[in-house]
Amino acid sequence: MTHILAAGAASDHRTLIITLFSVFVAATLGITIWAGRQTKDATDFYAGGRSFTGFQNGLAISGDYMSAASFLGIAGAISLFGYDGFLYSIGFLVAWLVALLLVAEPLRNSGRFTMADVLAHRLKQRPVRTAAGTSTIVVSIFYLLAQMVGAGALVALLLGATGEGSRRWIIGLVGLVMVLYVTIGGMKGTTWVQIVKAVMLIAGTLLITVLVLNKVGWNVSTLLGRAAEASGKGKAFLEPGLQYGKDGTSKLNFISLGLALVLGTAGLPHILIRFYTVPTAKAARKSVNWAIGIIGAFYLMTIALGFGAAALVGPKAIIASNESGNTAAPLLAQEVGGGAGSTGGAVLLAVISAVAFATILAVVAGLTLASSASFAHDLWANVIRKGRTSEKEEILTAKCAAVVIGAISIVLGIFAHRLNAAALVALAFAVAASANLPTILYSLFWKRFTTQGALWSIYGGLVSSVTLVIISPVVSGNPKALFPGMSFDYFPLGNPGLVSIPLGFLLGWLGSLLSKEQPDPRKYAELEVRALTGHGAH
Amino acid sequence: MDTAPTTAQEPDEPGSPDLAVSSAEPDRYTEMQASAEFGELRRAQRSFAFPLTVAFIAWYLLYVLLSNYAGGFMGTEVVGNINIAFVFGLAQFLTTFLIAWWYSRHAAAELDPRSEALRTRLEAGE
Repeated sequence: MTHILAAGAASDHRTLIITLFSVFVAATLGITIWAGRQTKDATDFYAGGRSFTGFQNGLAISGDYMSAASFLGIAGAISLFGYDGFLYSIGFLVAWLVALLLVAEPLRNSGRFTMADVLAHRLKQRPVRTAAGTSTIVVSIFYLLAQMVGAGALVALLLGATGEGSRRWIIGLVGLVMVLYVTIGGMKGTTWVQIVKAVMLIAGTLLITVLVLNKVGWNVSTLLGRAAEASGKGKAFLEPGLQYGKDGTSKLNFISLGLALVLGTAGLPHILIRFYTVPTAKAARKSVNWAIGIIGAFYLMTIALGFGAAALVGPKAIIASNESGNTAAPLLAQEVGGGAGSTGGAVLLAVISAVAFATILAVVAGLTLASSASFAHDLWANVIRKGRTSEKEEILTAKCAAVVIGAISIVLGIFAHRLNAAALVALAFAVAASANLPTILYSLFWKRFTTQGALWSIYGGLVSSVTLVIISPVVSGNPKALFPGMSFDYFPLGNPGLVSIPLGFLLGWLGSLLSKEQPDPRKYAELEVRALTGHGAH
Repeated sequence: MDTAPTTAQEPDEPGSPDLAVSSAEPDRYTEMQASAEFGELRRAQRSFAFPLTVAFIAWYLLYVLLSNYAGGFMGTEVVGNINIAFVFGLAQFLTTFLIAWWYSRHAAAELDPRSEALRTRLEAGE
């Protein structure tokens, strides 16, 4: 199965990968300890002391956002399905405009540490914090699980450690390092890890892109032509439809996916809390602008990576290494470095693999921080202890939560390795778009929004999206599903967004209209004035 | 302000725990919200961001729908192996960059000065 890569990643090359990765882990842990020494109060722990500049936070946002799913998954999807893989990149990028135009600045102005802070301004805070905290943790755990599953598969494959034992051991190690980042370094440490990783990822991707374009005489048309030829599918490889154009259902599934991608980003908790790490709304705007530039450049380069892998490595070799194409980018690195067996090939393979590990590690740390912050700040301090906590206790709770969440994701990652990582990420986006985004937008912009509307919207979006996934083809009814032997796949689409996102918005509206509670106009005045002027922002 | 401990509050009252709102304060906000200057700021924000959001989502959905249901059109070659689908995809990148730049320019010219003036006024009243 893995003969091509195994040949390239023979023992000495494996040593190189392990060395590079260890250097990354050692350097980032060093940064984390340094950051930990400067972490004193809750603002340091949750928001990095709000001391980052727009550019730094833009890099960190990019680091948080460009997960293994985008780097390995999109390159792989393009190399196997051609144009349809490219569609992911577009949805992931356009989504940032929702964050820029509607969410980033008012959130920064009116919130403190979590998404629920904004809702708590004008709604009954215990029920909305419980709801928002729950959906934050659910979204983050789905996202975490996807990264852990990807990490396990990738590490095992690249290091040649295909045995079950080593895979578990490696997932455990990834979990341990991410918990160390979060508990020692808090937001400050985690942000620096994201920045280092983003720079490495961009540099690595740029290097491969330049080498690929150099091979085809800097002519994109030549690259596309060679990719189409090597794919064996001809012109169809360059047109939409190879993956999603089979029938009416798969076309609907594509619309559903597109909707989840474009509306999910502005509801992802680990992205939202990044806006709190800068001092002002203006800096939050600047960081989104930098993120759009960096992420856009990165996704443009995934075109060269994906079509380059199709043209130079070829789909047969890619599928032989990993059925879903997840190793297309490392294989391409090996190829443009001089091919399997050459020193150049081995070095580039090691570099790109180390970058991929760094990517996974940084993203899981960001997710762990987001979910443990929400647990400590929303559920523990404000719901369970009803605000009668000290800052010290709250931070300690967040650290304990990080350990528990780390442990949960290690266990899930070990036992759920048969799940499809890409489906899990798309699910996290769909849940975020259905459960979080409607409530954020209604709270900020609709004066008649009530607590009941928020609860209907969050729980309705959460329950409907998760339920639809459980009864979808992702979970049962076909050989690629989680439970291939069973069939309760009553919902035909792999992504629930087409149904659950409109439902989340509808329930928020309906719940508010049917609510007995009168929205307090003074509370809305306060939120609106603070969101737009930045008055009283922490 | 950041170092202020999380203060206790009646559990089911609306309001963030870290606001420590005095009873007079919300009225100031209500007054400000009703003022002509604040109305201008809100209009400058909403009349720009809302239509633009509708427009870019419609533009993106058009792209998704064309990819789904107009494969023949999207496959038309423009230059060499570069087809309309590819150009359309790159156009989505381009419009995203342009909208981000355009919004930031609008915000710097129309929103920031207004919001700063109002913030100063609120702070002066404290």
